[in-house]
Amino acid sequence: MNFTLIINIAVNLIRARLKQSIIAAVGVTFGIAMFITLLGFMNGLNNLLDGLMLNRTPHVRLYNEVKPSADQPVLISKDYKNNTNFIESVKPKDRGREIYNSKAIINILKQDKRVIDVAPKVTAPVFFNTGSIEITGVVNGIDVPAEEHLFKVSDYIIEGNVFDLNNENNTIIIGKGLAEKMLVKIGDVIKITTIKGGLVSLKVVGIMQIGIAEIDNTMSYTSLRTAQMLLGESASYITDIQVKLTDVLMAPEVAKEYQAKFKIDVIDAQTANSQFETGSKVRSIISYAVGITLLIVAGFGIYNILNMMIYEKMDSIAILKATGFSGNDVKWVFISLSLIIGIVGGLFGLLFGFGLSHIIDIIPFETASLPTIKTYPIDYKITYYVIGLTFAVCTTAIAGLFPALKASKIDPVEIIRGK
Amino acid sequence: MSKKVLETININKYFYDPVKFRVLSDITMSINEGEFVSVVGKSGCGKSTLLYILSTMDTDYEGELFINGKSLTKKTDKDLAVIRNEHIGFVFQFHYLLSEYNVLRNVMLPGIKLAKYSMPEIEHRAMEHLRTLDMAEQALKSPNQLSGGQKQRVAIARALINDPIIIMGDEPTGNLDKKNSDMVFEIFNNLVKERNQALLIVTHDPDFAARTHRTIEMADGRIIS
Repeated sequence: MNFTLIINIAVNLIRARLKQSIIAAVGVTFGIAMFITLLGFMNGLNNLLDGLMLNRTPHVRLYNEVKPSADQPVLISKDYKNNTNFIESVKPKDRGREIYNSKAIINILKQDKRVIDVAPKVTAPVFFNTGSIEITGVVNGIDVPAEEHLFKVSDYIIEGNVFDLNNENNTIIIGKGLAEKMLVKIGDVIKITTIKGGLVSLKVVGIMQIGIAEIDNTMSYTSLRTAQMLLGESASYITDIQVKLTDVLMAPEVAKEYQAKFKIDVIDAQTANSQFETGSKVRSIISYAVGITLLIVAGFGIYNILNMMIYEKMDSIAILKATGFSGNDVKWVFISLSLIIGIVGGLFGLLFGFGLSHIIDIIPFETASLPTIKTYPIDYKITYYVIGLTFAVCTTAIAGLFPALKASKIDPVEIIRGK
Repeated sequence: MSKKVLETININKYFYDPVKFRVLSDITMSINEGEFVSVVGKSGCGKSTLLYILSTMDTDYEGELFINGKSLTKKTDKDLAVIRNEHIGFVFQFHYLLSEYNVLRNVMLPGIKLAKYSMPEIEHRAMEHLRTLDMAEQALKSPNQLSGGQKQRVAIARALINDPIIIMGDEPTGNLDKKNSDMVFEIFNNLVKERNQALLIVTHDPDFAARTHRTIEMADGRIIS
């Protein structure tokens, strides 16, 4: 088939009906631009919200869960093997929260190629004393450089510096809510009671704000050593090992592997944050649905305009057929016509979509609860642009197909004799 | 004995709407190279119907049709389109020029479709045809800037572009005045003389028919002479 000629005819038909063609293309442009802006904005927000939780959660976390032993003695005993055993009032076994042999585990983890970095942590529930009031809270003893590398903790420190925790012993960074409640500022000394009854004084070197009130009201950071000292434990005492992977999608699989390897409780980010995943998914589905609806509407516009064009161009179609163009050739003329409108409209749509996204991206968006966010978030993922253009081409091809089939079936004899 | 360019054997055609009606009965005829044939008859006698069957555009008939010795019965739409493109030239009562293209491009279009020659060559041939028809000055004009007679001449040039073995006309002078009709007849006559072109023209103009080599007269779907 002579495609240059067919496309040439299509282009000339467009030029003869330039206004309608432009209107049809604008429909596609609008659809694609909106599709891209909507998806970019929606997913930007999704990423922001997920980031609030996910960036602060390790992909894989190793810890000791408080739970009863899976194998009760009676189940292990050979004598009762064939019996049905009922055990009531089972209590969890006290294994302590410490991860045994933590140093060796960390060394093995660091050698795993899928692992970006490992950060050990000590968490301890404590009471913050202010006057006669005790506020419940949590102390996280962190390995500062590792924690900074994995979770960018410094992003959430609104006053002070996270590395001061290492520079000075017996120092603490507390949540903004906690600081407001206790009326403390940097340099003040606060008193902490551990659950075992010990009383410790720590100097405040920073204030942090994550943007989730519940966390800001209870959370505090100290160095690993300070937390171990707080609990009266040795330098090998670790309660959590946090792991970040090169690809978060591998987390469930890796978690299972570690669980079997180290005989320890392991949780992956997906399981830990399943409710966030659901929210993101629903928002994505909504934005895709709206975007695709817009494109389908644009498709109907193209369908109408092509149908009109075919009625207007009956004579031309008849003579093309009489002079040797087959039904197939005529079909391709109208399909290419439709595709040209779709591709041109779609490309402009990508451009406008990018522009609109960029405009949203520079609109200031400042809230006290999100200190790291200055403007509205936008996701510029190339996938949306690819999907947008693919869908524009598909919609216009389908919208063009029916009129094109109709044109290919036009009987030139009827048109020519009708005159 | 010159070569038969077109031949039919026992062609029958029926219309089914509103009732079954036999439009053509046992049409057997042939046209030779260099023959100028006209088809006349009252309106409704089936002469145009016959022409469209011969032109391969209407495929709903019984019997056999040969063009250049090859049977065309039961060929696909695509094959027939190729045959129309290469071997048949058309001139209709109405010019059917594409208003999107200029005159030259209109003439070139079937040639580009056939793609037997390169673009510059097709253009050159188109210009040659326009020149013989005295239309060279109008080559770059749009078809709707031309008069009726000029348009018909462009349509003839378009019919000639692929050197067809036969040119068919459906009342090509039907819309033209006496002067332009004579001119179109002269063009046809010259084609026969100079290029040994076969021509089959349906007309209701008795003067036109009288001047052709042979006249086929039809009545009620039959050839009567």
